[in-house]
Amino acid sequence: MSRPDRPCSRPFPKERLVSAAVLFGVLALWEVAARAGWVSRLFFPPPSFIVQTLGRMAWSGQLWTDLGYTMGRLGAGLFLGAGSGLLLGWLMGASRPVRLALDPLVAALHPMPKLALFPIFLILLGIGEASKVALLALAAFFPMLINTLAGVRQIDCVYWELAANYGARRLAMLRRVILPGSLPMSMVGLRLAANNVLVVAIAVEMLSAQEGLGATIWMAWQTLHTEELYAMLAVIGAVGICLHFIVERVTRWLMPWNNRETRNG
Amino acid sequence: MYNMMTNQATDLRVDSLSMRYSSPRGSVDALQGVSFHVAAGEFVALVGPSGCGKSTLLRIVAGLQSPDLGEIAFPGRQTAPKCRFVFQNHALFPWMTVRDNVAFGLEMDGMPGAERRALAGEQLAALGLADFMDHYPHELSGGMCQRAAIAQAFVTRPDVLLMDEPLRALDAQMRMVIQEDLLALWERTRPTVLYVTHDIEEALLLADRVLVMSGRPGRIREAVEVPFGRPRDLTGRNHQGIEELKWRIWKMLEQEVKQQLHMSRP
Repeated sequence: MSRPDRPCSRPFPKERLVSAAVLFGVLALWEVAARAGWVSRLFFPPPSFIVQTLGRMAWSGQLWTDLGYTMGRLGAGLFLGAGSGLLLGWLMGASRPVRLALDPLVAALHPMPKLALFPIFLILLGIGEASKVALLALAAFFPMLINTLAGVRQIDCVYWELAANYGARRLAMLRRVILPGSLPMSMVGLRLAANNVLVVAIAVEMLSAQEGLGATIWMAWQTLHTEELYAMLAVIGAVGICLHFIVERVTRWLMPWNNRETRNG
Repeated sequence: MYNMMTNQATDLRVDSLSMRYSSPRGSVDALQGVSFHVAAGEFVALVGPSGCGKSTLLRIVAGLQSPDLGEIAFPGRQTAPKCRFVFQNHALFPWMTVRDNVAFGLEMDGMPGAERRALAGEQLAALGLADFMDHYPHELSGGMCQRAAIAQAFVTRPDVLLMDEPLRALDAQMRMVIQEDLLALWERTRPTVLYVTHDIEEALLLADRVLVMSGRPGRIREAVEVPFGRPRDLTGRNHQGIEELKWRIWKMLEQEVKQQLHMSRP
């Protein structure tokens, strides 16, 4: 049997080779199937054609314009939403009255599909960028808030008492206990928020934008340019991977004490 | 303004403290009418069977908990003394380096960064932890962490030091070494100390006086004067009559400890 998948074990290069081989195998099979006519080229254009299309879109600049719009909205939404989720998470975690007051509201709003709220944002903020960014901020807000709140609540009470015994009050408590103590959970929240924002960004662009990856996907569908559709999906996948690694990097940089590899028993 | 150079050991008076814990399955008198006095600069140990309320007592003195009845007083003080608490374990913040941990109390006292880092570094170097200052607690052994935790408390020059079984999690040899550090640090500034332990020998080796507690309800049973001079020999070899005192205290506790084996928690 294989070794148990412990969180602190790193994948061997050999294992990475296996995942690369599987991915490559699937793509090769797809290529052959499409070229041999086993599947419809309209629905499943061969990967080589998709790559070619991607190259054409990159060359013409359309890809970069779309990517720029999507990333701009995504970045702004993530920054505003995750930032306010973080602040409110700390506040709710540290203050019982605030927590009791807002808990039911959060419970009611969190599971609501964010796209269902889009018309309200359109009414409030118009059809420009503001309404889209606001919706994305909302998509980032809840995962961040809920994880940060849980992160603050799980800080061992010894640390609160230790800090209080040395005379830590509000601001010192926030800076030295609440913030670092909840950070591991907040970073999980950030990862979920980034994913969520990407999903909602593409969806909202399909719904009401002229530019952006989502808008181009919708256009490709309406004109039956499926190769463009697949090319955009590949780009979205790449954006997802990039976000993942950025969050990973930031996490390591912010939490040097969490770096288990330096543990010497 | 912050003055790190002085501490002022202070008398501590505990006056008829009572504390009751209630739960749906009944209530326990954790403390009932506990009164005693600790002189300025005195080292007093509290021993008793587990669950006798000694930790609760210490937490009340530290202000981490309020009693149902009774009060804590520091006779002859105009201002509140600086009371610092050393916890059993988890005594360091996992997200700060060892040096920042030791400097934490100084930081809260408002000492500027460079100064407090230097002072914490000095203290750590004196305890043989110079090479581990920029490590995080999880990279250190339990003994090193507890050493740093003790340094963290002493470096702030407390007037009163409250310790809740600070050496409990350590093995016997490590314990002896850190007991030595602890006494050396205490001798330097002589704060008033209240030290909770379940180890009778440790209490006798460290303290000037041992308060023996009984549980349910928690009260002070007897105060035992420790006749040994200082500096102490932590092996106990040079202290005449230590076995006798150990035996006496054990006899006070024995009945209750045995009873606990036959009793379920309420």
